[in-house]
Amino acid sequence: MTGTDTELEAQIAEWRSYMLRRKAISEADVDELEDHLRERVGDLTESGLKPDEAFLIAVKRMGRMDELSREFAREHSDRLWKQLVLDPDRDAAADTERRRGLLVMIACAALGVIAIKLPALFGLGFDDSGDFYGRNIGLLVLAPLAVYFAWRRRLGGAAIGVVAGLFAVGAIANNAYPFDAESQSIVLSAIHLPLLLWFVVGIAYAGGEWRSGQKRMDFIRFTGEWFIYLVLIGLGGGVLTAFTVGVFGAIGVDAEVFISEWLMPCGLAAAIVVAAWLVEAKQSVIENMAPVLTRVFTPLFAVTLVAVLVAIGVTTNAIDVERDMLILFDLLLAVVLGLVLYSISARDANAGPGVFDWMQLALVVSALLIDVLVLIAILGRITEWGLTPNKSAALGENLILFVNLAWTAWLYVSIIRRRKRFAVLENWQTGYVPVYAAWAAAVVLLFPPLFSFA
Amino acid sequence: MHIAKDLVAASATPLVLGILAEEESYGYAILKEISDRSGGRLEWTEGLLYPLLHRLERLGHVESSWRTPEGGRRRKYYAITEDGLRELAEQRKQWAAVTDALQDVWKATRTLGPVLPPALEA
Repeated sequence: MTGTDTELEAQIAEWRSYMLRRKAISEADVDELEDHLRERVGDLTESGLKPDEAFLIAVKRMGRMDELSREFAREHSDRLWKQLVLDPDRDAAADTERRRGLLVMIACAALGVIAIKLPALFGLGFDDSGDFYGRNIGLLVLAPLAVYFAWRRRLGGAAIGVVAGLFAVGAIANNAYPFDAESQSIVLSAIHLPLLLWFVVGIAYAGGEWRSGQKRMDFIRFTGEWFIYLVLIGLGGGVLTAFTVGVFGAIGVDAEVFISEWLMPCGLAAAIVVAAWLVEAKQSVIENMAPVLTRVFTPLFAVTLVAVLVAIGVTTNAIDVERDMLILFDLLLAVVLGLVLYSISARDANAGPGVFDWMQLALVVSALLIDVLVLIAILGRITEWGLTPNKSAALGENLILFVNLAWTAWLYVSIIRRRKRFAVLENWQTGYVPVYAAWAAAVVLLFPPLFSFA
Repeated sequence: MHIAKDLVAASATPLVLGILAEEESYGYAILKEISDRSGGRLEWTEGLLYPLLHRLERLGHVESSWRTPEGGRRRKYYAITEDGLRELAEQRKQWAAVTDALQDVWKATRTLGPVLPPALEA
């Protein structure tokens, strides 16, 4: 009897793994269906069937769910149910698709390498033309990524036009504006152009459907996972570089020019496309990486921020608002926003409020309180010293993040009190994405003329 | 007796909400309940039930929770919400209007109906 039981368990486990391959069915759904399957198997065995017969019948009825009950040659009688669940055509199609994705990735990574080395043909070496590369690196490495997604998503003509047009506008504004040599605007553009272009890549990522909240959330998820892969590749690249320098140094060959002119720029350009490909190809491997990191760091950040608030309260020391302080607090708000975004992107929108939501609320509220203190100090300085491009950009970003987090905090309160559904918060965050893009565009396109290229 | 697909689909939401309005339940039990209530004439598939439950949850008409009954397996229970009760009342009104109209029509054309044999009318 126990023999048939373990056999049944093995069959159910195998059935589970096949159900989990379907992208439309989440793990929780499979849990639910498994419960259903077991109930039905139980009922059928009670009515006199043997467990394996009962399993076959139960799975046959379940198989209708995604209409996969297509006939295909029997392999083993004990795996008979596979033909009811599996679609051989689809697996073959998925293989072809994977191979195609790999080829497109290789082509686009090569494109990235060419793009970053092409200026060298015109005498702009990576080492000695820091100014040129500083301005254009975002353009050079992100354009191949946009091509990759346009290709993979089979982007329509209109969407291709929009993406290409925005890249062109960024390129022209960034290179045609007559910046002063030592201007702040040039640095601001170098920082904000990649940001702006990243959102343009998002249009290609969404296959042109950038208005869809779902697609925006997918892009947010993609961004986090892409970043993790990029960092991992970067770490590997660092080890490779160290070994290259060391080993060639040992035999008396100086590899440094090769590394700084070829290995690093080409590696970076290729890694950007490869990381994007990895996110999609290896989805199941790292899918939960960003949410896991979020879970680990949300409490830690919350505790740190509360500690800062307590320290300010106890010592009554005002925050010292030096030059770089605004940037620091922009980064703080961005990190908090990132933690909120990744926990939102991974959270089951139907789940009720839990301890983690309280933690998120504590994190957001403490970040907001600290930011209020900073903003007050900053406004004092600005009224005293006037606006510069740096201060204006940082202040604008601060306000944009502040508004987002303030409303997020309010929504969290409503959700925890069960006044609102979690989906409202998700909609708020995805709806807010264009604001960041618009601000980045303003800094790149409007700031230089506004501040007369200072 | 085979019930047409459209009719099954149209009656699915009020049936599920109605069953959940009595007490919270889970997928397999709902399926059995529907089969019992219809005397076996309504045979739903899992492909109809679970997507429907998940849609009702997304709309806020029902809410779900994973629980483990004593000595049992982890199971997803569904309960109706305030919103769901309102929706059920609304659907009841609509169905009452439809069945009233149908009753009226059946009465007018009773000679055609297999339900009431002519012998009873005499």
